[in-house]
Amino acid sequence: MEEKFDAIVVGAGPSGNAAAYLLAKAGLKVLQIERGEYPGSKNVQGAILYSDALERIIPDFREDAPLERHIVEQQMWVLDDESYVGSTYRSAEFNKEPYNRYTIIRAQFDKWFSKKVQEAGALLICETTVSNLIMDGDRVIGVQADREGGAVYADIVILADGVNSLLAKKAGFHAELDPKDVALAVKEIHFLPQNVVEERFNIGEDEGVVIEMVGKITQGMMGTGFLYTNKESITLGVGCMLSDFKMQKTTPYALLEQMKEHPAIRPLIAGGEMKEYTAHLIPEGGYKAIPKIYGDGWLMVGDAAMFVNAVHREGSNLAMTSGRLAAETVIALKEQGKSMTEANLALYREKLDDSFVMKDLKKYKEMPGILHKNPQFFTTYPELLNRAAHSMLTVDGVDKKSKEREIRRNFMAKRSLFGLMGDAFKMWRAFE
Amino acid sequence: MIKVENKLFQNRYKVDAGHPHISIRNPDLCQNECKSLQCTVCCPAGCYTEEGNGKVVLITDGCLECGTCRIICSEFRNVEWEYPRGGYGILFKFG
Ligand SMILES: Cc1cc2nc3c(=O)[nH]c(=O)nc-3n(C[C@H](O)[C@H](O)[C@H](O)COP(=O)(O)OP(=O)(O)OC[C@H]3O[C@@H](n4cnc5c(N)ncnc54)[C@H](O)[C@@H]3O)c2cc1C
Ligand code: SF4
Ligand code: SF4
Repeated sequence: MEEKFDAIVVGAGPSGNAAAYLLAKAGLKVLQIERGEYPGSKNVQGAILYSDALERIIPDFREDAPLERHIVEQQMWVLDDESYVGSTYRSAEFNKEPYNRYTIIRAQFDKWFSKKVQEAGALLICETTVSNLIMDGDRVIGVQADREGGAVYADIVILADGVNSLLAKKAGFHAELDPKDVALAVKEIHFLPQNVVEERFNIGEDEGVVIEMVGKITQGMMGTGFLYTNKESITLGVGCMLSDFKMQKTTPYALLEQMKEHPAIRPLIAGGEMKEYTAHLIPEGGYKAIPKIYGDGWLMVGDAAMFVNAVHREGSNLAMTSGRLAAETVIALKEQGKSMTEANLALYREKLDDSFVMKDLKKYKEMPGILHKNPQFFTTYPELLNRAAHSMLTVDGVDKKSKEREIRRNFMAKRSLFGLMGDAFKMWRAFE
Repeated sequence: MIKVENKLFQNRYKVDAGHPHISIRNPDLCQNECKSLQCTVCCPAGCYTEEGNGKVVLITDGCLECGTCRIICSEFRNVEWEYPRGGYGILFKFG
């Protein structure tokens, strides 16, 4: 198949699908290559879908996209071994259309998105792994796929190949990922009858709940847990930085098992049937870890480019948005009759800088560093907070003032006043 | 002990028999140089096991294709890591 395309997109996750869809819609000749049996068969997500990013690509996506539940309630738990202190935000506003966030099941969602891409006119080839980029000097001119005669050529190759992005490493564009810039997440899906999900979480048909967790469940590692409601199932999982996993002796599945045994979590999944166990990396290095994202003949989008906002658990929306901006860049250059040189493709970076993708990543650029250096946010504070709550809520004849004094003493014993103030300042700086 | 096999049992795979996509470059390094053997702890599918004498055995059949083993072996870069051939490997039903 020695054929030339306007664009080749490697990968059919949200970033690749967004790019391929818009390029094909603009009339370009697009080839998309995916290594899985079908789009989604290799992909893992929590999964929360943020409407806005998709709406800008497929405005009427709600008509037929496989959406599980729209989110009406967000909980944040800080856990100790036996307890948690939590906050809940639930609003009738979230129950007004158009809904802002949905839970989805990635394998189904990716299949749906891919159908749109093909309807728009892109040629999709599955069950095909791209093994290398084809170079002419420093310029990418095509890809080598793992089938016979698998060399294909294009003016531009869009690398939407996800967090591991082997292609950019083999081509020498990127070094190997640093364990401190990636988190490993493991998760399970548990099936329960729809009415049980709704009763357990106090929600109506189509309404959903999100629970984000920090604290003891990560056993001192930098990381978080999550639990999301789908129509007839619950997804829950836990993720920690690889640099932390590397330092200790707990396996990822033991961590997940312990999380499921937590007295506050166990009843939520009781009686469910576990139907799949998954693991995937999340690029959480933030702004400072963003690698080279374009060069002669190539552009990089989504997870491959480290576009994840770990603080807000956003990834798929940055993936779709970067895919859209990459497509817009290529379309603009084509219209102006310009070639896909590194200098011309700088337009992609400009568009990104101008969007929430770079603005948000820049805003939190200090966050990963601060959290790596201050494990107390994942250990000491959750424990202290839970003990304080326990003390204040236990009616035992001790007056409240004495309890407060005791709590303050506990905080100071664990962390000097200087340390406490310093931590507050660091957090303020990171969120500022 | 939590058996990861019980979890993996729920998953669908299309195993590419005889073509493992990951391999250990130099087994001697694992046995004699590597102190941490972190691949045996961090792999979410338990693909790496230590045989008692420090020898590390890798069986990729349950691999979830996450990439962890390649990245955490940062001291020795001893893991040769490729994706399975197109269509093979893990096949997520839900993801
Ligand atoms: C546990 C977990 C929970 C998450 N929760 C959320 C959430 O709630 N909300 C949110 O917005 N984001 C979430 N994310 C992040 C989100 O999933 C990612 O940011 C998003 O999937 C990135 O999309 P992508 O298209 O860049 O990469 P991917 O979705 O990884 O797609 C890459 C595609 O490329 C293919 N591919 C790779 N290499 C090759 C090759 N050589 N040849 C052919 N094909 C190839 C892969 O098979 C895959 O289909 C979560 C991630 C995880 C792991
Ligand atoms: S971490 Fe690397 S060197 Fe150490 S045992 Fe595993 S593969 Fe071998
Ligand atoms: S890629 Fe992930 S699941 Fe596969 S062997 Fe390596 S660590 Fe284990």
